[in-house]
Amino acid sequence: MFGGSPFLFHFINSSRRSLPGDYSHALSLVSSAPHFSFFPSPPSSLLYLSPSIFHSLLHLPFSLLSSSPANTPHQKPKGSRKVERDRTMSSAFSAGKFTTQPFPLNTTSPRSHDKPFNIPSATSPFFGSSRKLRLNSSSKLNLHRRSGTVVAVSDVVKEKKSKFAPNLLITKEEGLVLYEDMVLGRAFEDMCAQMYYRGKMFGFVHLYNGQEAVSTGFIKHLKKEDSVVSTYRDHVHALSKGVPARAVMSELFGKTTGCCRGQGGSMHMFSSEHNLLGGFAFIGEGIPVATGAAFTSKYKREVLKEADCDHVTLAFFGDGTCNNGQFFECLNMAALWKLPIVFVVENNLWAIGMSHLRATSDPQIYKKGPAFGMPGIHVDGMDVLKVREVAKEAIGRARRGEGPTLVECETYRFRGHSLADPDELRDPAEKAHYAARDPITALKKYLIENSLASEAELKAIDKKIDEVVEDSVEFADESPLPSRSQLLENVFADPKGFGIGPDGQYRCEDPKFTEGTAHV
Amino acid sequence: MAAIFQGVGAAAALSSSPSNSFDSKKLLFSPRRSFSVKKGASVVVVRSDGNVNLDLNPRGRRAQQLIANAVATKADSSATSSSSKPGHELLLFEALREGLEEEMERDPSVCVMGEDVGHYGGSYKVTKGLATKFGDLRVLDTPIAENSFTGMGIGAAMTGLRPVVEGMNMGFLLLAFNQISNNCGMLHYTSGGQFTIPIVIRGPGGVGRQLGAEHSQRLESYFQSIPGIQMVACSTPYNAKGLMKAAIRSENPVILFEHVLLYNLKERIPDEDYICNLEEAEMVRPGEHVTILTYSRMRYHVMQAAKTLVNKGYDPEVIDIRSLKPFDLYTIGNSVKKTHRVLIVEECMRTGGIGASLTAAINENFLDYLDAPIMCLSSQDVPTPYAGTLEEWTVVQPAQIVTAVEQLCH
Repeated sequence: MFGGSPFLFHFINSSRRSLPGDYSHALSLVSSAPHFSFFPSPPSSLLYLSPSIFHSLLHLPFSLLSSSPANTPHQKPKGSRKVERDRTMSSAFSAGKFTTQPFPLNTTSPRSHDKPFNIPSATSPFFGSSRKLRLNSSSKLNLHRRSGTVVAVSDVVKEKKSKFAPNLLITKEEGLVLYEDMVLGRAFEDMCAQMYYRGKMFGFVHLYNGQEAVSTGFIKHLKKEDSVVSTYRDHVHALSKGVPARAVMSELFGKTTGCCRGQGGSMHMFSSEHNLLGGFAFIGEGIPVATGAAFTSKYKREVLKEADCDHVTLAFFGDGTCNNGQFFECLNMAALWKLPIVFVVENNLWAIGMSHLRATSDPQIYKKGPAFGMPGIHVDGMDVLKVREVAKEAIGRARRGEGPTLVECETYRFRGHSLADPDELRDPAEKAHYAARDPITALKKYLIENSLASEAELKAIDKKIDEVVEDSVEFADESPLPSRSQLLENVFADPKGFGIGPDGQYRCEDPKFTEGTAHV
Repeated sequence: MAAIFQGVGAAAALSSSPSNSFDSKKLLFSPRRSFSVKKGASVVVVRSDGNVNLDLNPRGRRAQQLIANAVATKADSSATSSSSKPGHELLLFEALREGLEEEMERDPSVCVMGEDVGHYGGSYKVTKGLATKFGDLRVLDTPIAENSFTGMGIGAAMTGLRPVVEGMNMGFLLLAFNQISNNCGMLHYTSGGQFTIPIVIRGPGGVGRQLGAEHSQRLESYFQSIPGIQMVACSTPYNAKGLMKAAIRSENPVILFEHVLLYNLKERIPDEDYICNLEEAEMVRPGEHVTILTYSRMRYHVMQAAKTLVNKGYDPEVIDIRSLKPFDLYTIGNSVKKTHRVLIVEECMRTGGIGASLTAAINENFLDYLDAPIMCLSSQDVPTPYAGTLEEWTVVQPAQIVTAVEQLCH
């Protein structure tokens, strides 16, 4: 989207405009601060710049170059993004373990932005799913400089690959688990849509179709004690984490048997048993909560001396959230204290109707990780096996106490933002492109082609899931609606918080209080 | 009769010029030494409510005796203990620290988070020494990210810890409003009761000494509508320690409002463990003619005015409501039934403050007992000016209180 060398050239030219022929002026501006603008007088520190600064000018992070007001993106010609420029990005931290490895599973073309930027698919803007990059062995790249900008596959996996038959990254059992989980997510969400249009559930319902690989890929690596924090698009995270479909469907129907007694709804799925810490309606507000859960894990290990406490927290959120302050604040704190958390960005390119590219100065979210001192990984989120490998590494990192990781999953939602969204802005070609990369179809193909499962077995799973989902609807239908007495329950953990009434009694001591007949 | 009770500015009261605002400079900036009674020095012998032993106030009764049946009997509740033990003297910020320290010793899951609470010891020294004692993780110095570290505290509370989050100034918690409202207040409910948030959010607020508009905010009026939280305001070392401990032990999220100008109040408090009930009000000075309801710093303005009123022959009953949400309608109601006149003196702004809610609550519940409309003295609806004179006129001064009582009791 923002051409590298032509951009750089333009930048240099502009600087010349402010001080004719004075190149060093541009250097001082650039090296002094993350933001810069072209003001005439160079700082006195100019005198102390070493020649190496000039060299590093060529290796500045992309975002630095693009932040200049004189070089706003939409003024740029629509050039192709040069992979070469990206390769030279530098940053202070090294990502360590992560290296580029190609993946055999899904070799379809990477995310191609047909609109509004003309980028031929050959030079993919993202790493990891690029054929071109695969051809460049890592030895050609200066790993120190490229920290955090690469897709991960652990070295262990690479080894494993060579020992076993090629392409087999999962066993049959694992494959079936993954398949079943993704099919459950899909079938459940489709049923939600049906139920919504039949008037069984109301309000804002955000469906996860298309993104199942991210949820399954990550959450299936977790133990029950690990925590998951999600957003309003949380049904499938709940299901992956183990919350029964019945409980989720009842919650959506607003019945007492819902996982939150009908009090939360679609956007507030919680389960203390499965350590699902929500379900949040405002974007970004779950990230600090996730950071807190990770903090507790570290606290338990270090202060309470529960030596085996290695609980990891996953925070799921979208591309829109990555422009929110809470995201950055928590990246900072998590990296600062090396909290056992993985920040999973489900970048589906759209925040309701706002394209990620229109909202973000530097759309490559994974690059924001190294800025805070953690690895930033980009992975193809339509491919459950790739996600799974990245997840394994990131979760392993957290569990070992090495700190947080930022994982950007390139994914897509097949439906609109919510069931109320007419979804008119998205290009049908874009939708078709991703529909062709349906993660469930891809996994099915993989399993069958590698003889891990037969059609019949997979069909049996499909049928089983259909029954589970039907059963959940029946269960929800038959469940009772909350009674009036439930209104005041759960407002306070300690209902003394309702205070002392005029008669001297605590209001909650009045037996009729929760029936709502007592005066509040 | 003379209530022992004197606030800051006792000197001003004694010098019988109630129209001046009390001299809070000493309060804020004087080192502790100056409080240890120089003869003739202005200020600062402070006692809490009049029922402490040395009592010139034989009619003093403890709030707890009035509402005995509402108090959950706890072995360590403050029912009768403090009147007989000698205790020890300390300043309000030390009382807060003592309460916090005792709770941290008692329960290893109690931790502190906030800006400069660790190595710096807290900008008002409430957490001084705690980081050395308990470590950097238990007394966590956070970056300047209120929304996120408050949210982090909430996440930690959900997963088993009992954090005490400090806002360096209550006003900074405006940045944490998202987390306080949505998560702190509502999470227990939206999760169907699955997660509790036993968090304490505390910090100094209120109008200080020319701190400027943004550092002089009264957040209790903004937070009071949030369902699911409790709010308390401390005003003396005794109730500061008691409320701090009670808040930490509570399973509900509690916001503890301290006041910038009250940190150096000195008082003798009991040695043994005690807590102050979160939902109860405190009887400061029983009386017959008018009920004055107040909290935090205004308590001292009221008590100063009370001196004048007593000299003029009035007998005000002063109640420190302490619990800003929910209101202790029993103590308040009993008082209204006795005096039939109510004056509310608060530091919140006129619009939408605690006084406004309290007025509504009393009118709803005790209208039949009122002989006159409720009067509410609040701060002006202005951003607190920097200039000292203007700032004085922003908040309620003792002279206005005296005038109001005279009007009310006409």
